Formats: sequence, structure tokens, C-alpha cells
Amino acid sequence: MKRELLLGNQAIARGAWEAGVQFAAGYPGTPSTEILETLSRYPEVHSQWSANEKVAFEEGMGAAIGGLRTMITMKHVGLNVAADPFMVFPYAGTNAGFLLISADDPGMHSSQNEQDNRYLARMAKVPVIEPSDAQECKDFVRLALELSESFGTPVMMRTTTRLAHHKGLVSLGERREADPKPFERDPRRFAVPIYRRLLRPQVEARLERLQQHAETVSVNRIEPGGPKVGVVTSGISYQYVKEVLPEAGVLRLGMTYPLPANLLRDFCSRYELVYVVEEGEAFIEEFMRTLGITNLQGKERFGVIGEYSPGRLAGALGLEEVPQPLNGEIKIMPRPPMFCVGCGHRTVFSALRQLKVTVAGDIGCYTMGALPPYEASHTTFSMGASIGTAFGLERAGQERVVAIIGDSTFVHAGIPALIDAVYNGSHLTLVILDNSTTGMTGGQPHPASGKSLTGAEAPKLNLLAMCEAAGVRQVQLVDTWDRKGVMGALRTALAHPGPSVVIAQGQCQQLPEMKHRELVPFYVDEGLCTQCEACFKVWCPAILRNERNFPEIVPAQCTACTVCAQVCPTEAIYPFAREPLLRT
Amino acid sequence: MASTVSDGKVFNLLFAGVGGQGVLLGAEITALAAVSEGYDVKQTEVHGVSQRGGSVETHVRFGARVWSPVVTPGKADLVVGLEVLEALRFAHFASLREGLILVNQHEIIPGSVKNAEQDYPHGSVEFMRSRGYRVLPLEASRLARDLGDARMANVVMIGAASILLPLTHDAWLETLHRRIPERFRQSNLEAFAAGREAACDVEALRASRPERS
Repeated sequence: MKRELLLGNQAIARGAWEAGVQFAAGYPGTPSTEILETLSRYPEVHSQWSANEKVAFEEGMGAAIGGLRTMITMKHVGLNVAADPFMVFPYAGTNAGFLLISADDPGMHSSQNEQDNRYLARMAKVPVIEPSDAQECKDFVRLALELSESFGTPVMMRTTTRLAHHKGLVSLGERREADPKPFERDPRRFAVPIYRRLLRPQVEARLERLQQHAETVSVNRIEPGGPKVGVVTSGISYQYVKEVLPEAGVLRLGMTYPLPANLLRDFCSRYELVYVVEEGEAFIEEFMRTLGITNLQGKERFGVIGEYSPGRLAGALGLEEVPQPLNGEIKIMPRPPMFCVGCGHRTVFSALRQLKVTVAGDIGCYTMGALPPYEASHTTFSMGASIGTAFGLERAGQERVVAIIGDSTFVHAGIPALIDAVYNGSHLTLVILDNSTTGMTGGQPHPASGKSLTGAEAPKLNLLAMCEAAGVRQVQLVDTWDRKGVMGALRTALAHPGPSVVIAQGQCQQLPEMKHRELVPFYVDEGLCTQCEACFKVWCPAILRNERNFPEIVPAQCTACTVCAQVCPTEAIYPFAREPLLRT
Repeated sequence: MASTVSDGKVFNLLFAGVGGQGVLLGAEITALAAVSEGYDVKQTEVHGVSQRGGSVETHVRFGARVWSPVVTPGKADLVVGLEVLEALRFAHFASLREGLILVNQHEIIPGSVKNAEQDYPHGSVEFMRSRGYRVLPLEASRLARDLGDARMANVVMIGAASILLPLTHDAWLETLHRRIPERFRQSNLEAFAAGREAACDVEALRASRPERS
């Protein structure tokens, strides 16, 4: 059998393909993004980026009751956006298999909060499966879809960052098409809310059957060991347990909702002490306590915050002292992420800093505008929140409030907020950073970028017309690399009595068409440079200080964005090359 | 480090650097070379916002059977630092007795930290040695620049790592051939060879021993 080193997320995509998934949708979000990116390479599956997670989920419901095996992907907070259909769908239940991938991010590597979505699944009465390695990421997709079809329920697979973003060897199989399951009109089931009362008891009955299933399902398995200590674990934590406590008896739960009461009671009765090792909240542990099991230790020992690791387990168990970072005579300064070379967001934050306005930020690379050197973004909450927050701050007496949002985030959840702000009489200024992509997650297309997930041309949402249609009278388009133009547009917008929008246009430098293009890099002419330091204040990572204390631009990194040349008072920075450089 | 894997031994490697330096590629080539030698392999990756010029770490573990993809501090056989401050940040992952920290003598000042230029820690190599770590500094960025592109420093560093790991030269070369696009292949193979040669320098290895040993 062929084995390949695959990322957990790539393995999920492979699993979906092998399991005959026909429809897949989602919205990019770390750590879930690579699933659909990988799946889009398989022509048998319709894969797409949707405008947001709620829309993706609803499209998935339609596809699944219409008979297509379906997989929907999102990061943990995405499920908050999709919670509305998620809570309702289990009443009607599904026809063809429906799998939701929820990627949690303990440790908040790339997120605004920690959130254990097993609680949301429990609230929705949806079964949860948790793979423990890349191979299981692949295998559990088929398992979940079969579970979904045999119980008529949507199923959630919960992953966490290390599972989604670790690579392991995976045995590959072939695709098996699923049997067709055509849509049947059934108003009692799908259409008339009053009948949901009749469906309500069925949801409970299904949960009971699922709980019975969890008692015997193969992925909930006991690995004997001991004699005194047993461990109940799920997800990637299973690997850490095997690493740190190789001799212990283990109950590995591959299905964590509903939980198998008898299996848990039986396992715990074999040991003096049982550790519960699960990333996130005390989800399994709390259930065990409701069963009256008392010989257990979980969060009180291992903690609830952040990621788990073998080192953390070993430390918590007092098995060894894990070395800490070397601080002492030398202090290790942090290195937070920063805007890329040539990033179009720089000019906007530089102007906002100068204008000293209050700025409500949003979710994307531009959250980094809150960090030094700009410190020009003052709130970040959730997708699309910039506009509503700015409106509230304005009501609370803040003068000259600016909301700042990326193009993808604007499409995701900003549009209703803008309509609302205009409707309720706001005079805020909205800056849309239009870089034609979803930048922070690595450059995914969206409805305003004119491309689809597969790279094909797609209808392009007109952002300017969209804002005008919302009732904004003053909408300005500006080249984001034109410093004076950006400042001028912001001043004009802030002087406007009603709501205003500035669309700062400029493609993300990480897009392939920007990375692989011919350009002439810029160069500092030391004969003209007065070492005034103005170009260093652009904070471009390609501008370094050389041994003569002059600025020097790394040619291989320069994107010819021209911003440093614009700030140079002596015109000492200009394009220089014998021939245009083909960027690689 | 031994040149063969004794039974049960799992090799623990950590690659650290700044987003954009090719930390992930270096780790991936190492992981693939280990796969081609028949080992069980696991690797962590970093995605999302951290890649934007931030601190990046990637773990690679290989052996007969690997459970956790994550390396425990104090257990790494090799820490490969593509930048000095990042090598220092993850130095404590190295095993004090048997581990080695390979450091590219290249400094990148953090762009989004106040007074970073004044406060950037110099003398990190001596500091790590004073704490008992074996450190081998290499001029990987300079070697890569001399070969035409400073961005190949990651491949110079894995060239150096290659003589310290129980993987055959052929496995490395075959993996580089497979993984590096044709138009960059020759220069990267040269970068790899340069790193190998630099780490073979016995004098440098001797100097890598900690002061107090």
C-alpha cells in the first residue's frame, strides 16, 4: 500500500475523496484551511470557498438532503457564525452523509480566543469524533460519513492545531463512490417549523442510540496496561500519553459525544487512579464526574489553558523537570509577526497613526496594525466586528472613528454591519483594505477577488457599488501604495459629514501573480543619501542597515512598491538593475 | 550522535527561524529523507499569522515508532537555528549532554518590537555555551549569498545537519532532487554541499563544546 507523509488536514481531504464526498465547502481559517485547498485538486469533488461559514453550512445542508456526500470545513470560531443552522439541522437530520470539520486552536496560534467546540456539538446534539493522528484524520472521514448515514445525523469531527498541522505517514486507498440518495419532499421533516415538536423526541431517541453505539464503536478502545494508573484521552493528546506514560492502561476515545457511560465506568473500575487528558475544556472529565466516578484527575492537574505537549504532561505528572527558555544575562525579545515586504497595509496604518483617530480593527493580517510601530488599531473582536464596534464607539462619544476591514472579511460579515451603520445614522469612516485575497490564511480567493477555489475566473463582487448601494454617498478608491493619495482620501473621508468609505486597493504580495513577476528592485544611492532615517520609518523588512550605517535594500526581497522612495527627501532611492529581475 | 539508529531511539530535531526563511522547507526535506530511509516520521508545521515575519519553529521526529509530533524541551538531538535570536529562543529544546545547536550567524532585527535595534541580543552563542550547550555557529547566509542567493541558507543548514544525522548522503540528495524545482536544483545542491563541508570542519566541532565541560 502506498504511504505518504501528509498533514492532518491533507489527510482529511484525502479521506473525503476516498469516501466519495461529492460536495465540500467552507471559509478559510487557521487551522482548517488546507483541507479544501487539498480537496480542490480532486476533480470528482465540487469544492468551493463560500462567503462565510453560515452560508457554507447551509449549502452543505442542501447538498446533503439532496443526496450528496458532504463535508464542510471551518475553524472553531467559524462554527459560531454557522451556529444557527448547526443547531437546527439535527432535527430534520440528513439524507446523505454530512460531516462538519471544526478545527479548534488551543494556544491561540492564529485565533482571537480558545473555544472547545465539543460543547457546541453537545448543544446541537450532534455526535463528535476526534482522530489522533494523520492516518486517523483520513480514516475517520469515512467512519463519520457512515455514522452520519446510518443514524441520519450530521457528524462533527473536532481537530486541534497540532493534529491539523502535523505530518505523519498515511496509507492511501482508492475512491469509492457513495450510493445515490435522491431528495424527497417531506414538509414535516424539512419545511414546517411547527412539526419540529414532533421531531424533538426523535432527536433524543437518536442520541440514546448513538450513546449505545459509542459503547462498542471500534474507535473507542481500551489498550491494557497498568497496574495502578489508567488514562482516558482523545485527539492528539493520545500521542502525548503514549510518549510520556508508555506503560499505562489507556482508554482512547475516538468518539467523544455522546460518551460511552458503561465503557468509562468499566475502565475506571480497573485502576486506582485515572487521568483524563484532553485538549481544551473538561468535556470528557465533566461527564465522568456526572457518572459518579471519583478516582480521576484531569484539568486540576493538566490545566485548561493552551496546548498540551509531552513536556507539559511530564511536568504536570512530576516525572521530570522540563527546561525553560534561557533567560538571564541575555533577554530573549519577542518576535511577533509583521507586515510583509511591500504590504499595502503599511501606508494606511502609517496615515491612521498620524491622524490619531480611534480605529476599530477586524480579523486579518491588519490586526498587526495594533502592534508597534503603528499602534493604530484599537479593537479586535470577531469577523466583521470593526464596523459595529466603530458605530458603538461613535455613539459613546469618540470623535472621528474609523473602522478597518479586509475585503474578504467585509464580504464575510461586514456588509450587514455597514448597511446597519448607514441605516442608523452613523458618520463613521470605513477603510476596506482590498488586497484581492484572504491574506492571513495564505491567500484564498473570495467573492470580491474574481477567482474561485480552483483558480477559475468567477463573477467579481463590486465593492464600490456594494457600499453605494448600502447608502454611502462618499466612496473613494485609492492606490494603497500611494502614501499621499491614501492620506488625502482619509482626510477627505473624515471631513465628510455622513458615512464614508475608502477602498485602498493593492494586491497581496503573497499572491502568485505578485510573487512571480518581473520587476526592477529599488536601490539606495549612498551618494545622495543623507542618512536621515526616513526610509527606516517605513518599517520594511527588506531595508537593512549596512556596515557603513546606510540603508540598503535587499534586491531579492524588494517588491518595488515605491513607498520608501516616496518618503526619501533627497530622491536617493530609485529603481536600479541592469535588467529586470524575474522574481522566483 | 551515532551514525546509526539504535533500536527504539527516536531522533528529535527542531528547526527555528524567522517566517520567510524557509524553516518549513528545511524541516520537510529532512522529514522526507527520513521517510525514504524507512523510518516512521512525524513533523509539526506552523501556518497562519506566524508566518508573517514572526518566530517560526518546526519539529521533526523519526525512528522505528514515533508517537508525539512535538519535541520535548531538553530532548532535541539537534536544534537548527536559521537566525541567532531564534536559535537562542529554542536553545532549551536541545539535550544538554548529547544535543547540538547549529546556528546560522545571521541576525534579523524584529520589526514590530520597540527599540529592537538597540536591544537585540548579541553574543548569544557564548551565552548558550556558558549554559552548557554545545553550539556550532555557521556562516550559512554568507555561504548561500556567495553561491548566488542568501535565501538558500536553510539548505546550507540542512547540509550541515546531514553529517550529524543517521541518514545516507544518497537519501538527502534524492530528496533534494525530488523536492527542489529544477531551475533552483543545481544551486541548492551546491548550498547543501557547502553546509556539509562547513560542518565537517573538525576545528569548528571542537570549538562547539561548552566552556564548562
